[in-house]
Amino acid sequence: MTTKSFQEHFDKQIENEVSIEPRDWMPDDYRKTLIRQISQHAHSEIVGMLPEGNWITRAPSLRRKCVLLAKVQDEGGHGLYLYSAAETLGISRDEMIEQLHSGKAKYSSIFNYPTITWADMGAIGWLVDGAAIMNQVPLCRTSYGPYARAMVRVCKEESFHQRQGYEIMMTLANGTEVQKKMAQDALNRWWWPSIMMFGPSDADSPHTVQSMKWRIKRFSNDELRQKFIDVTVEQAKLIGLTVPDPDLKWNEATGHYDFGKINWDEFWNVVKGNGPCNKERLQARQKAWNDGAWVRDAAVAHAQKRKFKETPKSKSEAA
Amino acid sequence: MKNIFHRYGDYGDREAAGGENTHHDTSNEWPLWEVFIRSKAGLDHKHAGSLHAADANMAIENARDVYTRRMEGVSIWVVESKYVHASDPADAEMLYEPANDKIYRHPTFYNLPDELKHM
Repeated sequence: MTTKSFQEHFDKQIENEVSIEPRDWMPDDYRKTLIRQISQHAHSEIVGMLPEGNWITRAPSLRRKCVLLAKVQDEGGHGLYLYSAAETLGISRDEMIEQLHSGKAKYSSIFNYPTITWADMGAIGWLVDGAAIMNQVPLCRTSYGPYARAMVRVCKEESFHQRQGYEIMMTLANGTEVQKKMAQDALNRWWWPSIMMFGPSDADSPHTVQSMKWRIKRFSNDELRQKFIDVTVEQAKLIGLTVPDPDLKWNEATGHYDFGKINWDEFWNVVKGNGPCNKERLQARQKAWNDGAWVRDAAVAHAQKRKFKETPKSKSEAA
Repeated sequence: MKNIFHRYGDYGDREAAGGENTHHDTSNEWPLWEVFIRSKAGLDHKHAGSLHAADANMAIENARDVYTRRMEGVSIWVVESKYVHASDPADAEMLYEPANDKIYRHPTFYNLPDELKHM
């Protein structure tokens, strides 16, 4: 086959909703876009463990501690599913980690905000995981097979993350005045960063058109953001909290909520590394990687030693 | 070592991933393992995903933590990814198309009277 016929075959697969699998021919830019998106997604899961890890030892009850531990463990797993999916495209795990640590690869900016009260655990589960789910559900049908399969697994597990977060907010909102204030304060701080999670407006999102053509993305950033706002505003009402947007108004004609102007300067500022916790997050990742180096080396040495013991006759082969 | 990525069943073309990636030294990375899970007794092991581990024991332990946190399995197989050999998608037509025109291999191919029972 010529490159042209490879391209035609690929286009036909996309057109007919046939998944692209790792060994299928694919355009270089499709591969690169996927590596960028999937690895960024994986990094977000891993860095996302840090703001919540901050509260594991200080969770207010044993039940909350068990739940938070399970959630953070899930996120480690989700990072792993996604790294594995990216690896099928021909990038190694270590390369991706290097890109994260050097700052070359990005992760979701939301994790560059601090978690200063227990209510932040509620707000993250409810809003941040809620926004992530909005994004991830359509990705279960994304055109690249390994990515779609990873997302099916992630979505199955993610649902409890959002529910436990909402439960924390609900409990605080029904609690004492101080607790209710704490919940409202968390909503105030996390609302805008959460709706920025969907990324820049469609007009400023240069990759969107191509990604939708390739059926990597199924909905645009603005569509998903609107969907998230429509459902979340109702959820806030249900527990008596107020979304911190004075311009928020139900629009009878469109059947959606109108909302205020998003501060994109803040968004780009955090993306560029100037958020409240960017440095701290990267340092924590680098430290974990460097401090763990001896464990990785020891595991390899141990495995090699065992291999020698098991097959004493084929020493030269094992070496 | 490079050829591994062409040999392994679920791996794409490493060269095509391009750029600076190709000169990366992967010799210190733990090898990749494919994980297969039997969800309950009586069913086949099914491919669940992959992970890195220094040896088979660690691969099984990690697979247990990553793929069976919600009672998804009662048994785990792991196999080092480099030992999985795969058919080439370019051969798909040659390999699988001949089955298309052999519909007489399916029971519905045969028109038999409605009165016929238990067949």
